[in-house]
Amino acid sequence: MSVRRLSADQPASFAFNDANAVRCEREIAKYPQGRQASAVIALLWIGQEQEGWVTKPMIEAVAKMLAMPYIRVLEVATFYTMFNLEPVGEHLVQVCTTTPCWLRGSDDVVAACKKHIAAAPHTVSADGKFSWMEVECLGACVNAPMLQIGKDFYEDLDGPKTEALLEAFRSGQTPKPGAGNGRHTSEPEGGALTLKDPQLYNGGYNRKPEAP
Amino acid sequence: MPSRKLIVDGKEIEAEDGLTLLQACEMAGAEIPRFCYHERLSVAGNCRMCLVEWVGAPKPQASCALQVRDIFPNKDGTPAKINTKGPYVRKAREGVMEFLLINHPLDCPICDQGGECDLQDQAMGYGRAAFHRFNENKRAVEDKYMGPLVKTIMTRCIQCTRCVRFATEVAGVPDLGATGRGEDMEITTYLEKAFASELSGNVVDLCPVGALTSKPYAFNARPWELRKTESIDVMDAQGCNIRVDTRGPAVLRVLPRLNEEINEEWISDKARHACDGLMRQRLDKPYVRKSGKLQPASWGEAFAAIAARVAQTAPERMAAIVGDLAAAEEIKALKDLMTALGAAHLDCRQDGSKLAPGPRPTYLFNTTIAGVEAADALLLIGCNPRWEAPVLNARIRKAWANGNLKIANIGEAIDLTYPVEQLGGIEALESNPFLKVLADAKRPMIIVGTGALSRPDGAAILKRAAKIAADSGMIGPAGSAAEGGWNGFNVLHTAASRVAALDLGFVKGRDVSGIVDGAQKGEIDFIYLLGADEFDVGHLGRAFVVYQGSHGDAGAHNADVVLPGAAYTEKDGLYANFEGRVQMARRATFPPGEAKEDWAILRALSDVLGKRLPYDSLDALRKALVAEAPLFGELGKPHAHQGADAAVWSNVGADGPLDVSRKLAPAISDYYLTNPIARASETMALCSREFAGGSHKMAAE
Repeated sequence: MSVRRLSADQPASFAFNDANAVRCEREIAKYPQGRQASAVIALLWIGQEQEGWVTKPMIEAVAKMLAMPYIRVLEVATFYTMFNLEPVGEHLVQVCTTTPCWLRGSDDVVAACKKHIAAAPHTVSADGKFSWMEVECLGACVNAPMLQIGKDFYEDLDGPKTEALLEAFRSGQTPKPGAGNGRHTSEPEGGALTLKDPQLYNGGYNRKPEAP
Repeated sequence: MPSRKLIVDGKEIEAEDGLTLLQACEMAGAEIPRFCYHERLSVAGNCRMCLVEWVGAPKPQASCALQVRDIFPNKDGTPAKINTKGPYVRKAREGVMEFLLINHPLDCPICDQGGECDLQDQAMGYGRAAFHRFNENKRAVEDKYMGPLVKTIMTRCIQCTRCVRFATEVAGVPDLGATGRGEDMEITTYLEKAFASELSGNVVDLCPVGALTSKPYAFNARPWELRKTESIDVMDAQGCNIRVDTRGPAVLRVLPRLNEEINEEWISDKARHACDGLMRQRLDKPYVRKSGKLQPASWGEAFAAIAARVAQTAPERMAAIVGDLAAAEEIKALKDLMTALGAAHLDCRQDGSKLAPGPRPTYLFNTTIAGVEAADALLLIGCNPRWEAPVLNARIRKAWANGNLKIANIGEAIDLTYPVEQLGGIEALESNPFLKVLADAKRPMIIVGTGALSRPDGAAILKRAAKIAADSGMIGPAGSAAEGGWNGFNVLHTAASRVAALDLGFVKGRDVSGIVDGAQKGEIDFIYLLGADEFDVGHLGRAFVVYQGSHGDAGAHNADVVLPGAAYTEKDGLYANFEGRVQMARRATFPPGEAKEDWAILRALSDVLGKRLPYDSLDALRKALVAEAPLFGELGKPHAHQGADAAVWSNVGADGPLDVSRKLAPAISDYYLTNPIARASETMALCSREFAGGSHKMAAE
């Protein structure tokens, strides 16, 4: 983690689009009168979904909507690392580099990102399609190493697989999320080894013995 | 409130449930080190320096964040044992100190906080001097811009958040915040915006380290080099208690002194930072106008010029005006001299206020400053307490934040840092929905500001305000709010000298605008200005003007004889604040050059004029003052409310129509430039440019 500051490069204005304005109203309505400030994280998140990152005009717009001082919204935006304070590419690649992923080779995944996106994290690639960043554990350690693109997890990666994945995105495809080595979710490679008895799943073991 | 027994360091005490453990330990006489805890701010509990041992608890406890009600007795029913000393506590605090010092730079020799730094002091007690185990680089933080008064060296910050809490809770200007998290947490304003509060200087006092220091005082002095003089502030009429720090002839800084009844421990930025004006634009020798130009002269020549003019002037063509910073002694001396000469016109109300000498409660802030906290409804009329008395405004805000104080305003809508119901212009005085709130309130208040009283229809406004006060039962039983009495009628003065001048009856004949008018028409030939600069001094026609004062401001520029006087830090003087509380300002330095204390100038002049005043020392003058107005003998007490007296309250102000076409404007247009000292101050000029939109004029040397 490093010092989080607003980007030097800021758009002139921000406004929620109609659909998101409705979502914002719904979030604000969840809190009692006088406690509207509680919706600040939700509103910034909606704003980030719309713009890809949190901008200065967005912070000010949210502050005005919730009758908060600007500094209070800035505090929230800089506190949570889930808010991107720099512009992001069309596809935001979040690479997990926490211990399990690192042990399983996340360095190769990072190297692939450096090669195919940009040498430094938080930098938009030349074609504007990607930016990447390291993140802490995303909770898919069984399928390490993994990364997240948009809202989807891509798992069981290595260097070449990551490169192929990024190239697929670059050419406009949307690869299927999930395990990258053919296994089903987090089952062992080659299929399940335990809990294979079908009776487990049809209620067989729970069935009362039939009366003689 | 329920209470429980505790054994603190072996001493059994009974502590109220609502107290924090830290307060309970202090009751038992223990001293608890702290950085983030401050009794006038909310509890943050993040510095961990106040750790104590609760015998039986698994870990040391942060005493500031633990309430007495949460401390349960031991299983056998004996009171809980708390230890604030001993190896266990010492080790815990040493550990905290070690963490704090990991990232705190070792720059005490170049730090302005050195010598009065909480961290420095407590590191002497709890620092581990014998070893250190951190060889990593210390964290470095970019300095932030917080305006012309607060200098930041953010690497020194220990994130106690006192400044953030002060800005949000006391000042009511939530400009400060903590961005980032963990090691990267930084205290900042919103994107390099200045901290726009009139109380911003107080964060410098609150900062326990040298992260926030005073910009104008930067690298000027060490605290142990300074001579400290306890005095009274005159930048507004509140009479805040201050300490004046001087080195040689220079006033280097002004700090607040604790006075729960007046300013708690805050002072306004003008009180704190206008002191550099005391060294600029000073009148240090007498001047006499010869062939159209002011020429330096001796005291004898100056007095002779005055005497020559007085000798040829008829008393009814003589006038005297008292300025806003004059002490009671010189007002008394000037009044005695002018009375001896028979001068027909005296006034102390430069702003044109329609208040008149009379029963004291009719021109005082009767509720008292501390009494504001007991009020439950407040109507402001034509005043901006945020600028006219910033520390009082913080008290109103405190009352609002603590309870159910409802506040409404007649006049311009201003951000007063608390919600205010806007009732409209002066026509709202006749009827408005808030009158019902006042009538229903248990302890309603009304504050009439100088902005309302200085209008041509000021007397009519005063009359109606007094009627509202009477109708809603504001004038209650005798005594202070604490004793069950109540008087909700208040006048908010802006001039430190005003109450004393009204007490001494320095109002006679024409008022200030009448004197200006008379001078232009040639009906007034001689005008004596005692530090009066705040009226139309440029249009006094052919009248002979004597200006006695400390600064070369508008009054001196237009004078025929200039007599150099002493500023408030250069004389012992009595000041009555707007509550009617008389306090003594003390001399911290001597007047510059040939300048003299003002009462002594008047005494010497009286001799030359052949009307020798009957006092040869300040003590003798004070005796005469107390003989005339005994209230000046009782220092430190506000005017005691004597109960409702219909004869008094029916005679306030005067009947007359309201001028509804005239906008009700506040009395002060630029908070930072309200008197000659502030106008001579570079710091105030910077503030005016930053906050009040004023143009930045350097004082011409």
